[in-house]
Amino acid sequence: MASPALSPVPVISSLSSPLAACLALLAGWILVGAAGLIRPQSVRFGGRTLFCCGALLGLALALVAAASLAGGITERLVLPVGLPDLPFHVRLDPLASAFLALLGATAAGVSIFGAGYFREGEGTAPGLLSLQYHWFLASMGFVLLADDAYGFMVAWEAMAICSYFLVTTQHRIAEIRRAGFLYLLIAHLGATALLLAFGVLQGGKWLFTFDAMRAAHLAPSAAAVAFLLALAGFGAKAGLVPLHVWLPEAHPAAPSPVSALMSGVMLKTAVYGTLRVTFDLIGAPLWWWGLAPLAAGLLSALYGAVFASVQTDMKRLLAYSSIENLGLIFTGLGLAIVFDGAHMPALAALALTATLYHCLNHALMKSLAFLGTGSVLHATGERNLGRLGGLIHRMPWVAALTLVAALALAGLPPLNGFVSEWLLLQSFLFADQIPHAFVNLLIPMGAALVALAGALAGYVMVKFFGVIFLGQPRESSLARAHDCGALERIGLASLALGCLALGLAPVEVIGALTGVTRELVGATVPHSGAAWWLLAPVPGRAISYGPLVLLATGAGVVVLTMLLVRLLYHRRVRRSVAWDCGFGGLNARMQDTAEGFGQPIRNIFQSFFHIERELPTPFDRAPRYSIAIVDRIWRGAYQPLGSLVQRLADAVAILQQGRISVYLLYSFATLVVLLALALIV
Amino acid sequence: MSLVAFKPLELLTQLIEILVALAVAPLLTGWVNQCRAWLANRRAPSLWLPYDNIRKLFEKEAVLAAGASPLFRVAPYIVFATMVLAAGIIPSMGTRLPLVAAADAIALVGLFATARVFLSLAAMDVGTAFGTLGARREMMVGFLAEPALLMVIFVASLISATTALPAIAEHLATQSLGLYPSLAFTAVAFTLVLLAENARIPVDNPATHLELTMIHEAMLLEYSARHLALMEWASHLRLFNYACIGFALFIPWGVATGTVGPLALAFAVPVLAAKLVLAGAGLALIETVSAKLRVMRAPEFLATAFLFAVLGLLVHVLLRA
Repeated sequence: MASPALSPVPVISSLSSPLAACLALLAGWILVGAAGLIRPQSVRFGGRTLFCCGALLGLALALVAAASLAGGITERLVLPVGLPDLPFHVRLDPLASAFLALLGATAAGVSIFGAGYFREGEGTAPGLLSLQYHWFLASMGFVLLADDAYGFMVAWEAMAICSYFLVTTQHRIAEIRRAGFLYLLIAHLGATALLLAFGVLQGGKWLFTFDAMRAAHLAPSAAAVAFLLALAGFGAKAGLVPLHVWLPEAHPAAPSPVSALMSGVMLKTAVYGTLRVTFDLIGAPLWWWGLAPLAAGLLSALYGAVFASVQTDMKRLLAYSSIENLGLIFTGLGLAIVFDGAHMPALAALALTATLYHCLNHALMKSLAFLGTGSVLHATGERNLGRLGGLIHRMPWVAALTLVAALALAGLPPLNGFVSEWLLLQSFLFADQIPHAFVNLLIPMGAALVALAGALAGYVMVKFFGVIFLGQPRESSLARAHDCGALERIGLASLALGCLALGLAPVEVIGALTGVTRELVGATVPHSGAAWWLLAPVPGRAISYGPLVLLATGAGVVVLTMLLVRLLYHRRVRRSVAWDCGFGGLNARMQDTAEGFGQPIRNIFQSFFHIERELPTPFDRAPRYSIAIVDRIWRGAYQPLGSLVQRLADAVAILQQGRISVYLLYSFATLVVLLALALIV
Repeated sequence: MSLVAFKPLELLTQLIEILVALAVAPLLTGWVNQCRAWLANRRAPSLWLPYDNIRKLFEKEAVLAAGASPLFRVAPYIVFATMVLAAGIIPSMGTRLPLVAAADAIALVGLFATARVFLSLAAMDVGTAFGTLGARREMMVGFLAEPALLMVIFVASLISATTALPAIAEHLATQSLGLYPSLAFTAVAFTLVLLAENARIPVDNPATHLELTMIHEAMLLEYSARHLALMEWASHLRLFNYACIGFALFIPWGVATGTVGPLALAFAVPVLAAKLVLAGAGLALIETVSAKLRVMRAPEFLATAFLFAVLGLLVHVLLRA
């Protein structure tokens, strides 16, 4: 390998440089993590103190990144670490800043919650957990900052390995070990695809800095290959269908704060990587490349939503909902590529803004939802929706804050999920102007799928919130459930406030994202200047949205109605038992179970599932009904592939005899063959 | 910009529209009920019966189920408020509505979804069999009806290059009489969605409390007195709103466009009244001549609506018309 042309290493002059500050904060996470080894068994030190420190670092990182995003700063640095002649290059630009802000803000909320969450008996010792957790955070930060393929891959692998250990926190359970293995396997398939993508991107010069890749002129076919490889690699991390199978296994297996980080942040590093490779390293994507992420995204969105609605495990439900949301994100990303390739920069900026906005939204709302399930899990020890219910009375704080997440995930105004869906639908409205036949007919149809997935998300969230928190408790043990502690409450509340802020101040958020869109597609979503509260993303068209006014008017109507009802009538209330049709004996078992609530979806989308049903016969002494819903892709693609690999491995294993004489024979035979070859050639 | 400039006259139009919607919505339900009774050869109930019901309910003492949480008590107000807000952004009489700057047609669909989600959550709150059953069915209807409605609006938005409903109505009303084949498809889709979303006959029956069939009523079983009054008023409003969305998209003529004086509004009122009378009679006719579908068949009905809407979209992008 040729030695890269080293620019003189700039000295870190002061901490006022945002890049230096970010590096220092990431180093802080590494130190905090390492400090966990001092007293690995102490919950108080490893669990409380260190996680609080980590949360502060996250907050600082979010602030620094937001400031550098606002300033539109681009800085680079060569770190004097790494292999000889192969130092780490780091670079902070608006794209990296936006995702660092996402990382910092989410990590702050999740870490505070984690400080109150981790306790004895989680499997891994608290100190070790703190090490894995904070190094996971730091590695995600380095993924975002890396400016050469070598550093990127090191950070990427570190991220995968740290998260693997976090997923297998409760490694004594065989099912969790299996989930971790599946995760590691697909993560490495993805990483292989990425290595190959970088191999194509360097364009024959064998320089692996991103600068060299930006400068390399690739043939269109080579660029397309690089793009597709990168999409496969990052798609595996993002859980795009059909590379999604690890996600619903691994996310529920991890402790809730880790699930929150994996869903909220780690999946977004895949979006970051796709954006970086497509718009920055390749530079000028062709329009038809966008069709691949668009199709995969739409498929994932529908698939995720359908599967989420039939889940009975609350964390699996959220994991499938993550697949749906990542699907929406990649839909927007594909649309942005199509617009950019068709030389419509303003629309590309609109679609890209929708994509980035949804990344931010999903990071906060999905983390919040996962943390809510964590609190429920700690209070009840139950992940199965069929044994929960009525927790709004026992856990009012968790219920109220999780409701925010559920409404946001359902994409309801005026919360944040709605803003990004609105932007995405608005960008679909222009898809018929793409100057390519057929595509301009097909892409608007995608809006129908987005709308369907969005509506299904509402179904999923009503099920999620309704079955856990509303109704009567389905088990008597739920009466002992208790609300979460103060630290957990702070963590939940901060994320909920973030959701509200992102929902109510879209103009400010989009203003902050202009630097990113300018960097990637050379255009921005203009601010109409009509009013500070009014989002009007397309000049010259009467398209606008003002969540603050909507919320204020709505709240005004609610309050006015309440006052009028009180003034004109009365406020008498009597409590009584629920209506039982005069038969009596109403009990909690009569409510819909999670399976029951998902039944319509199971019937309508029958072709999506493979259903294994066990029905009792009339002669059964102990009648039992069971139903298992299996992913068709798992049965149709992964299981045959797995058994093929197994058969091949068995064939190769014949070589392995376990006797040293046989192995000596192998060496001897090899030697003879090599000698023969040397004589012939 | 005209988007947000403060204009007292337009604010007045806005306020009048909302108040008219609040006042007229129960009347529309009464009118539909009266027509249904005539068509079924029954003696018709009074046109004013819905008002009487609401007043009676407000005066009663509210009975709450023992396990009801605060969400249950707050939901009627939220559902009612979303319907009032929706009435504020649908151009029933005039098209210059200041509130529309804050909420376009996509937000309107979002408002309906908010109402549906809160209604379903409230139904699940007490934890009875009927409540959760109603909530599940309502969400089943909703998750297919919502994208269908969105696609209907999408087609109209593509035609008129805006997502603000009044601007769409204005564009379609001021067009020289052109025929849009895409709108014909979406009109069918919209009618199906209207029937489903307002708990009308092929999907749900507003007059029944039979557990095998009911959807909307199942969710309201635990409500009483003022809470029930608000919920009922909200469903009257929803029917009125849907009717007005239909007028705005498919028969927008007669709506006061441009900056309006009181005179233009005064002209728009009888036009709206005429449209409502016809639409109410038409709705009653559809309900009388069609049979209630089994609940399991409702998804097919709604999938048809969704497909019609998507076909409309396809026709639009194919023909550019």
